[in-house]
Amino acid sequence: MHNKSKSGGSAEKGIMRLRRSMLYIPGNSPRMIQNSPVFGADSLLFDLEDSVVPQEKDAARILVRNALLNIDFGNIEKTVRVNGINTPYFKDDLEAIVKALPDAVRLPKTETADDVLLLDKELEELERKHDIQVETIKIHAMIETALGVENAFRIAHSCQRINAITIGGQDLTQDMGVVKTEEGWELLYARQRIVMAAKAAQIDAFDTVYTDIGNTEGLRKETAFIKNLGFTGKACIHPSQIPVIHEVFEPEDEEVEKALRIVKAMHDAALKHRGVVKVDGKMIDRPILMRAERILKIKGINIDEL
Amino acid sequence: MRIKNKAFAGSLESSDCLVLVSPLSEEQSGLNIRVDSVVKKLFGEKIEKTVREVAKSLQVDEGNIKIQDRGALECTIRARVEAALKRAL
Repeated sequence: MHNKSKSGGSAEKGIMRLRRSMLYIPGNSPRMIQNSPVFGADSLLFDLEDSVVPQEKDAARILVRNALLNIDFGNIEKTVRVNGINTPYFKDDLEAIVKALPDAVRLPKTETADDVLLLDKELEELERKHDIQVETIKIHAMIETALGVENAFRIAHSCQRINAITIGGQDLTQDMGVVKTEEGWELLYARQRIVMAAKAAQIDAFDTVYTDIGNTEGLRKETAFIKNLGFTGKACIHPSQIPVIHEVFEPEDEEVEKALRIVKAMHDAALKHRGVVKVDGKMIDRPILMRAERILKIKGINIDEL
Repeated sequence: MRIKNKAFAGSLESSDCLVLVSPLSEEQSGLNIRVDSVVKKLFGEKIEKTVREVAKSLQVDEGNIKIQDRGALECTIRARVEAALKRAL
């Protein structure tokens, strides 16, 4: 097991890239793929797994590869959910996808740290083969079985490439032999365990999809709940869910004003070579500064221009 | 290399295209490309050129390729032709 250095941790990656919403795009739908950049999602998740039938796996991976190579996605994070390591599609998916340089590969049904290390090794081989710097492509591990949940900490710490873990609620409730309810008590332990593992590894944690597309209030409620648990973002299956998720993650005005004061104070202190800063009577340490920077990033405020 | 089997890839949904490939009949030779598109007047030649390029990149020089385009992006057409040819080889 590798040890993540404090400075190379995730909270910093979190500041670099805002990931509140990640929209699933079926990997064999040219129409959805071609429209995907305009929906306003922070992150796009091209799916080669559950949304693609077995006889179209070959066509979908070629289609997604070509889209990644040719369509301008601007600053949107591009991730690809490949088929699991125990499927006959896994290696072919990676072979097709790596050269198209997605920001990350999402690994479904991750159950152990070894699962991640296997993907890590495959990615490294392909990156070397295509003259891509090793560890360019990140890993988002999807935890969606009881075994995966119990191994969440090890999975989150398995390798340097991991910069997010995510809970898959549909498969997990199935594995647990329970039904996913609106209140979500059955997922509470798994959600908390996954958030804590992510925080301990200083990486992001994404929540599962809310499947009742027409129920905006239900989505709003669930998003507020998982935000308070500590999740940094939520996957979604319909473009109409994106603004609702963003709204919930939107910071309050007072939070933004305070973040501005903190970042300015730290900047002034750095100019005067002072290490310790107080804002509103409270000492500011590194985690508070990072949180403030994250809030400004969400509001689209450029710290360098302050 | 010649197309040995019949195969198809893609669909007739909007922004997609359906690519059908088949072996040559006895009286045929070379690579026969037929384009059917809602935008054939404007892009027919361009689509045919695209199909030819993909076939060449896969070293396919004998067979029939028929494409029914529903306004697909060039990268989609390339993907569907590649998928159909790989299925047929």
